[in-house]
Amino acid sequence: MIHQSAAQMSADLAAGSVTAVELANAHFDRIAAVDGDVHAFLHIDREGALAQASAVDASRKAGEKVHPLAGVPLALKDVLTQKGVPTTCGSKMLEGWRPPYDSTVVTNLKKAGVVILGKTNMDEFAMGSSTENSAYGATRNPWDLSRIPGGSGGGSSAALAAFEAPLAIGTDTGGSIRQPAAVTGTVGVKPTYGAVSRYGLVAFSSSLDQAGPCARTVLDTAMLHEVIAGYDPKDSTSINAPVGKMVDAAKKLDIKGMKIGVVKELSGDGYQAGVLTRFNEALEALVSAGAEIVEVSTPSFEYALAAYYLIAPSEASSNLARFDSMRYGIRVGDDGSRSAEEVMNMTREVGFGREVKRRIILGTYALSSGYYDAYYGSAQKVRTLIKRDYEAAFAKVDVLVSPTCPTTAFKIGEKSDDPVAMYLNDVCTIPVNLAGIGSMSLPCGLAPEDGLPVGFQIMSPAMKDELMYQVGGTLEAALESSWSKPLYASAPELAVK
Amino acid sequence: MAAISRDEVAHLARLARIEMTDAELDHLASEMDLILESVSRVQGVAGADIPPTSHAIAMQNVMRPDAVVPSLTPEESLSGAPAREEDRFKVPQILGEE
Repeated sequence: MIHQSAAQMSADLAAGSVTAVELANAHFDRIAAVDGDVHAFLHIDREGALAQASAVDASRKAGEKVHPLAGVPLALKDVLTQKGVPTTCGSKMLEGWRPPYDSTVVTNLKKAGVVILGKTNMDEFAMGSSTENSAYGATRNPWDLSRIPGGSGGGSSAALAAFEAPLAIGTDTGGSIRQPAAVTGTVGVKPTYGAVSRYGLVAFSSSLDQAGPCARTVLDTAMLHEVIAGYDPKDSTSINAPVGKMVDAAKKLDIKGMKIGVVKELSGDGYQAGVLTRFNEALEALVSAGAEIVEVSTPSFEYALAAYYLIAPSEASSNLARFDSMRYGIRVGDDGSRSAEEVMNMTREVGFGREVKRRIILGTYALSSGYYDAYYGSAQKVRTLIKRDYEAAFAKVDVLVSPTCPTTAFKIGEKSDDPVAMYLNDVCTIPVNLAGIGSMSLPCGLAPEDGLPVGFQIMSPAMKDELMYQVGGTLEAALESSWSKPLYASAPELAVK
Repeated sequence: MAAISRDEVAHLARLARIEMTDAELDHLASEMDLILESVSRVQGVAGADIPPTSHAIAMQNVMRPDAVVPSLTPEESLSGAPAREEDRFKVPQILGEE
């Protein structure tokens, strides 16, 4: 039963052929069997999950109206607070911290009766593209345990691909939902900035961070999207508008007459041949479904990566100043003789990992007087140009598409000593965050040369997230009919312990 | 010429309140050099007439009603404190002895 879609689990729960407690236990059994190898989870909340599942079962038994996803299990990225449950952000800094409040995402999940199984591994404070930067060890890609599951949300994507959960939550600052989805053959959506509340999402780069839904199918992702999205007065950047009909859009299976733009700049040199092969096949499927494909040029995208690696570290250097060892988190060296500043210095030395330190220092530099205009200021102007590129493109087409990543999953350790090479992996996903628009990655096949999943990225204009679900749902259906089964069902069997 | 010296990195680490060993400083200085070289591409791309963007979805003066709602209890607020004394966070000395 763990291999089904969330939509099927939802139908079975409604029909009474399975209970929420049985579903939760089946997933805990799976986690016990495979997570020793995969390491998707940092913490399992068996007690909380079973209490929620029992409550949902009781409501259903009593004939109460419940949300369709009530009783369906979910894996939560460890960057979102859940009251009383450890939240580490993959950092030693927050080891043992149990937040005293729920993030709005968690409040919405609980309200819908979704069963939160536990917290998933991630690059420390969401900084990374491989989950190798976690202070608690790397997560492994279920398709090939010697490879990365993407990052920063590699725990969430691996949990989905390994059938440890049918639903997951990720957060996406520069691709941390979509790139992990791409390399694990799963679906991930970064909603329009402001569509999902950031309250209780531990901040990395506040103007870019966005939580979003992850699953194995487009429909499941749409169902979860509608649960977590919505206006929240606790987040001043939250969009005060009704949530669109994502589920209806995902079920539409009709894109006749839609104009789809292929981004010229997100292709060519540096892209793995098999990635482009599968991407082009998906374009043909879209044409067969009645869409018109046109090439679109976005010249400023060339500078997006550089702008991102100034803006995100700048905001991070400010956001991570809150980890000062005074109110929560670890404290090091407080022996009564040292000053607060000395204790702070020692705590941050021990609490932060290499990548986090690197970005704090880079951000501190980019924001310092004398360099501000040359670095942070220039990057913000490039951000304007990228936004304008998108506006010009969306004046001509309904959605834009590209590969989600230039390559399939790389080997663990392959890029960990070369930060610039690691950053290049995010080249296709980053422009979206800078412009605040919505974007989805869904699987479009296995690369012929290595048999690993390839991600297809759909970008839709701000506040029109329905469009990516409409195109994604149609593409998924077209590709699955040619494969005879969903891509996620082709993943190799994991050794069961 | 290096874009950033080891001394500059040491200064930034002090500003960021992160103690660093000599080995860490050496390593970071060379990495920072490579990173700065690659991100400096943003310079001169946009003309003087291009305004900066800080948030993609622009909003201004967002307010919420000034309504009284339940908040954390002192016990909850202090639940993660590394050290406490009564209902307060206990911190190392902030001012010098003199």
